[in-house]
Amino acid sequence: MNLNSGQSAKNMSVVPSSSGSSFKSGAGDVVSDKFPAGLRVLVVDDDPTCLRILEKMLRNCLYEVTKCNRAEIALKLLRDNKNGYDVVISDVHMPDMDGFKLLEQVGLEMDLPVIMMSADDSKNVVMKGVTHGACDYLIKPVRIEALKNIWQHVVRKKKHEWKDKDFEQSGSAEEGERQLKPPEDVDYTSPATEGNWKMSKKRKDEEDEPEDKDDTSSLKKPRVVWSVELHQQFVVAVNQLGIDKAVPKKILELMNVPGLTRENVASHLQKYRLYLRRLSGVSPHPNGLNNSFMGPPEAPFGSMSALNGLDLQALAATGQIPAQSLASLQALGRPTLKNHISMPVVDQRNLFSFETPKLRDGQQQLNGNSKQINLFHGIPTNMEPKQLASLNQSAQSFGGINMHVNPQVSQNCSLPVQMPHPMSRAQVLNGNKAGHVPRLQSAIGQPMLSNVIPSRILSRNGMVDKVHGAIYSPMSQGSPSVDFSMNNSVEMPGNSFVDLSNSGVSSLTSKGIIQGEVNSEIKGSRDFLPSYDIFNELQQHKPQDWGMQNVGSTFDASQHSALQGRMDVSSSSLVQQGFSPSQTNRNVPIGDAIFLGGEGAQGNNATFGHKFNSFPADNPLRVKTERLRDPGCHNNLFPQQFGQEDLMSALLKPQEGIVSVENEFGFDGYPMDDLPV
Amino acid sequence: MDVGQLQRSFLEYTASLFRDGFLDGQFSQLQQLQDESNPEFVFEVVSLFFEDSEKLINDLTRALDQQNVEFKKVDAHVHQLKGSSSSIGAQRVKNTCIAFRNCCEEQNIEECLRCLQQIKHEYLLLKNKFETLFSLEQQIIAAGGAIPTVE
Repeated sequence: MNLNSGQSAKNMSVVPSSSGSSFKSGAGDVVSDKFPAGLRVLVVDDDPTCLRILEKMLRNCLYEVTKCNRAEIALKLLRDNKNGYDVVISDVHMPDMDGFKLLEQVGLEMDLPVIMMSADDSKNVVMKGVTHGACDYLIKPVRIEALKNIWQHVVRKKKHEWKDKDFEQSGSAEEGERQLKPPEDVDYTSPATEGNWKMSKKRKDEEDEPEDKDDTSSLKKPRVVWSVELHQQFVVAVNQLGIDKAVPKKILELMNVPGLTRENVASHLQKYRLYLRRLSGVSPHPNGLNNSFMGPPEAPFGSMSALNGLDLQALAATGQIPAQSLASLQALGRPTLKNHISMPVVDQRNLFSFETPKLRDGQQQLNGNSKQINLFHGIPTNMEPKQLASLNQSAQSFGGINMHVNPQVSQNCSLPVQMPHPMSRAQVLNGNKAGHVPRLQSAIGQPMLSNVIPSRILSRNGMVDKVHGAIYSPMSQGSPSVDFSMNNSVEMPGNSFVDLSNSGVSSLTSKGIIQGEVNSEIKGSRDFLPSYDIFNELQQHKPQDWGMQNVGSTFDASQHSALQGRMDVSSSSLVQQGFSPSQTNRNVPIGDAIFLGGEGAQGNNATFGHKFNSFPADNPLRVKTERLRDPGCHNNLFPQQFGQEDLMSALLKPQEGIVSVENEFGFDGYPMDDLPV
Repeated sequence: MDVGQLQRSFLEYTASLFRDGFLDGQFSQLQQLQDESNPEFVFEVVSLFFEDSEKLINDLTRALDQQNVEFKKVDAHVHQLKGSSSSIGAQRVKNTCIAFRNCCEEQNIEECLRCLQQIKHEYLLLKNKFETLFSLEQQIIAAGGAIPTVE
């Protein structure tokens, strides 16, 4: 194995080398042949003997292992590092929480593959595992051979997600995505790796996944993926009925989608309503709905489709968004959201990204952010309603960021204030599987475009759901690529980041935005204000590291001084810092975040921010060197000011309970899911 | 004793443990996991096991000592012990746990108590065996040799 792989097995210390980008020790070896090495596993078992053995076995498989002996701690870890893990292995019998409950929670909130294990091999227990959605069940004593193959579950799941997400997308979109993804082997390198392999896998599996909706329904918790198309249908139906009269039953009938249940529609409708309310009042709704809606809208604005930022710019320049978008935006923004039925369906579609679970958290956060967003309200672009909504979540952070970020951005902001948001969205979109990186990039580059872009991106992703509203999440952390999408598929096109960095400030902004959004998605609970870490985030963005990203982002703050006046590093950003523009860095291992938390311990972003700024390389946390290194790239850690308290606390607290094996900055190869290299 | 002799003793002793059913294939897995980066792995894990199982056994004793024995609780402890013993390859202990669980299912206090005794017995036996094994290892190292890899 190459060095990296070896290193990955061990604790990944921060690799100060320039190669920081790769997940692995930064040896810079090609990730492609490393996979499944570097797979980030969280193992939960109250038995210390088993835990230790599993840890060793997993390490021997060259996975990045984090162990914890309590389910609560595991959940916390997972929540704080939304994209920090690829797979969870949990014992069935645990004193503090039933393993199946944990399984359910993880499936609901993070949608990660969960493997159950137990010394109990009785049929009914195994059956329970199946019905609760476990993707595998191991009988103790577990042999290393059994662990060697767990990566298949990760791939399978991602593949399904991809399929679902892209299912709705236009063929071209998919093609684009596909292209974004380099061939499987190639993809593994650095941050994009995750996305890459996912993508490539997706490509391969393309043919067999017709059923987007029920794809994951095999899990105990069948999730309906509200693709853009589906959402569009939904919106059409709602509009037809009239928002006040739209009842799930009727909507279902109108939509006439096989396999869709009234419950699916009902919950979606609820989210939609909240979203609308949010748009109208910019009132923080705890529901993640907002984000969901914002999901990767298919270039709602017809013109936008080409978006890549060019359009946005144009829009931005003119301060006018295409009529459609404007209208839609406005419609959204208005309290009379209900009326937005008039909005082009398309827009609506975009708005609803559905991955509420993620959004939910983000939403919460954004609420705070929404305030910031309001700042932009002044700006003419109405786009934002939608975007704001989504952005709101992240908006806070972004809002602030945008402001700072470049004037360009502000210009763009003209469109929607949301600049930050749009960008993030775009990013998010990119992340979302849509390998739409290309789009994203352009979008990002163009500060404003964000609004437009996101739509595009969203469309790509089709799956807006995952996008998590990430776009909105101010998470500057940017891993734009990621989180949006869908659970991890944030594919934030690695490209996008790269471009961003190049583009300089403006790009940063976009990054920040996206990141912010993404982050919010990821962490939902974080309130980061991606102060500009967005840029960093973008670069770094590891979709998965969202949690961490916030922390890490601060590091590069210095670089982007322009962007951010201050680097409030959110602890999470710090963690992520490792991102290098090349995006390969996805690694901001959660461990880092934890460290960061420890460092700053204050849980204040500010603390972290400062901390990080000071040390780039010797950060004990081991901030990914990537960040530091890429002066050009603006990795900038966005000092995100995430509401880190939760982040920090999460980081700090769990420390006792969690043993992060190698989470340090190292590997995030997987989180990124979609970053195309 | 010279290193060679020590090493042979070590190997023979280990082989006997397998032969007598104290250890099974899972223990070999552990041995294989031990490497330069974790030279004390087996020792570490076995120590963890003994520490943990001691607690479990105490809990079991307490649980069975109650007026109203909660068999579910007892069963949970035994299950846990079964899991960890099987993880390190402590075959006899594991088998005793299996029998113990059956007694719990039948809610037979007498039998449970007997199983508990058995567990304690097996536990102590195994502990002794390991102490001997580890001391042999230490002697080998002290004599400048390397621990021979079994199997």
